[in-house]
Amino acid sequence: MRHIISLLMENEAGALSRVAGLFSARAFNIESLTVAPTEDASVSRMTIVTTGSDEIIEQITKQLNKLLDVIKVADLNEGEHIERELMLIKLAAQDEAREEIKRLVDIFRGRIIDVTETAYTIEITGAGDKLDAFIKAVDAGAILELVRSGVSGIARGDKAIRI
Amino acid sequence: MSEAKEILRGCEIFVRALKDEGVEHVFGYPGGAVLHIYDALYSQNEVEHVLVRHEQGAAHAADGYARATGRPGVVLVTSGPGVTNAVTGIATAYMDSIPLVVFSGQVPTKLIGNDAFQEVDAVGITRPCVKHNFLVEDVRQLAGTIKKAFHVAMSGRPGPVLVDIPKDVTDAACEYVYPEAVVMRSYRPSVKGHPGQIRRAAKLICAAKRPMIYSGGGVILSNADQELIEFTKILGYPITNTLMGLGAYPASDRQFVGMLGMHGTYEANMGMHHCDVLVAIGARFDDRVTGELDQFCPEAQIVHIDVDPSSISKNVKVDVPIVGNVKHVLADLNAVLKGAKDKIDTAALRAWWQQIKTWQGTDCLAYDRNSEVIKPQYVIEKLHELTHGEAYVTSDVGQHQMWAAQFYKFDKPRRWINSGGLGTMGFGLPAALGVKMAFPGATVACVTGEASLVMCIQELSTCLQYDLPIKIINLNNRYMGMVRQWQEFFYEKRYSHSYMEALPDFVKLAESFGHVGMRVEKTADVETALEEALALKDRLVLIDFITDQSENVYPMIAAGKGQHEMHMAPARELA
Repeated sequence: MRHIISLLMENEAGALSRVAGLFSARAFNIESLTVAPTEDASVSRMTIVTTGSDEIIEQITKQLNKLLDVIKVADLNEGEHIERELMLIKLAAQDEAREEIKRLVDIFRGRIIDVTETAYTIEITGAGDKLDAFIKAVDAGAILELVRSGVSGIARGDKAIRI
Repeated sequence: MSEAKEILRGCEIFVRALKDEGVEHVFGYPGGAVLHIYDALYSQNEVEHVLVRHEQGAAHAADGYARATGRPGVVLVTSGPGVTNAVTGIATAYMDSIPLVVFSGQVPTKLIGNDAFQEVDAVGITRPCVKHNFLVEDVRQLAGTIKKAFHVAMSGRPGPVLVDIPKDVTDAACEYVYPEAVVMRSYRPSVKGHPGQIRRAAKLICAAKRPMIYSGGGVILSNADQELIEFTKILGYPITNTLMGLGAYPASDRQFVGMLGMHGTYEANMGMHHCDVLVAIGARFDDRVTGELDQFCPEAQIVHIDVDPSSISKNVKVDVPIVGNVKHVLADLNAVLKGAKDKIDTAALRAWWQQIKTWQGTDCLAYDRNSEVIKPQYVIEKLHELTHGEAYVTSDVGQHQMWAAQFYKFDKPRRWINSGGLGTMGFGLPAALGVKMAFPGATVACVTGEASLVMCIQELSTCLQYDLPIKIINLNNRYMGMVRQWQEFFYEKRYSHSYMEALPDFVKLAESFGHVGMRVEKTADVETALEEALALKDRLVLIDFITDQSENVYPMIAAGKGQHEMHMAPARELA
């Protein structure tokens, strides 16, 4: 099953490689991994999307907790949560395709953030399946470039992962 | 402490921090990146530096020292090849949760990443085999990092910690303050067990009809042998030890049923297979213990005490986990059990012991005692007899290691020193050197084989330089015995590259290093040779025992088999 695991960790050189190394050494899956500092510059927040049986997810959270740089680990799947991902996609846009793409972007509540005579660069956020749907909806041949941020997740309600 | 600010160079801070940490011995080897540190070591005599002959030896020696004393082993190596040579030793300590603090020199900070001479990414290379590691980028962090390194190595589940120190950091100066305590928001290991879990465990343990206690290296690491003995005596239950746990419970006690696992006793493995309640204490359900997981302890409810939460339900799902330091948990558990003793089903326990005695009747460790050719088991038995079971015994890896574990009946913890997890050949000699450094008055024997011994043979020089008269028991069967055994059993006797041709003359070898060498070829001469070697108190003696080439380690659980499917020695195979 797919799980979203959130970590708070020391914002130190090498901390990311400890997490990445743990996943490869123990043959755990990583679907996506994002990391950036929080409001406290000494702490980074990482979101890892992984898949595995309950036993494997239990091992993943225990092994992550064992890393000395990791301050807190939470499996977001244990409660209601929100996940978002950002995608930047550059599409070839000429003649009648320009209007068609614009309509599609509106439907997906995206934004065109850069325009040339031959291309649009579009920004879309949402859960992963929404981004997948947008990619499917556009002409595959028109995709010039695509970049996804990987998933960021947060629990719903008052619950917060804090130190 | 003086009030005036003390300004020291990094290399002086290093030495002072070791003194303040109470370090007496450092095992190391100099090189360019650590020359400032070696200069600082030169002008003092509180911290004794032991010059090994290869960095792998430094790590193993510090490891042996740590296993025997319970104090952290300290290693000092230079950058590049210095640290890569130490990696095998670091990984060995990591697998057995041994506290080491390894200091490696690094190229100056401004050269890091430039492929400088003797540069290697020490933090990157060691990351998968250390508990934690640090790169010190500023001299002002040095003392604090050293304090943290010792704290991390020794607390929780112990393990090796590496501190990588660039050369310019050892030259720069700052005020020296050694922190009193360490606070790390991301590292707070559990000590006490959860009281509710302890009560649940006690209830389950008392309700057992066919109980088994299975204890491992965690009992030794937490110095919980007395608590374990009390626990076992309160209950009257049978106890087995893992390879790493030998000595935590006295082997000569009647409740001890021997080691378990691949080459454990028949009674221990059958007891495991048929028990209804298993109490796992500081043991991690290693694959060499469990055999095929699907068939492991099929009828048992399991209590598991371990300081590391990730050890719990990693390989085997357990019913009552207790996370905490084994010593504290056992003390609390014993207090509960003392009041609950009357709940033990004594009739069921008597019947269970009856069954265990039947299994013991197979005498699974029997071997041919009338052989003229030397049987390795006999050498170990004689060693045990002549050292009154009091020696520190280190070993390398393979058949001789299993025979030492089976036949040297350890009654005390920290006497049996071997590489259990990683299985590192070459461990025994440097480890023995480290033990002898810690306990100069004790008898230290290195039980080894001719293949393992030569892997770190250079340390014979270190033994001469520091006057470390250990006894090397070389069980020389002219084969990599365990490899040969597996080839005999599972590869139709195709002895691919397991025959040791062109072996050295071990007697001359010992002599060339300034030690005493002896060769023994007949069973009748074993005892006298051992007596003679042990009597040479101030000399290192290497005894080359020419042993039976075809002897195998029995009993055995083959890979993929369950604990109840043991092979006995051929003449004694059970119906």
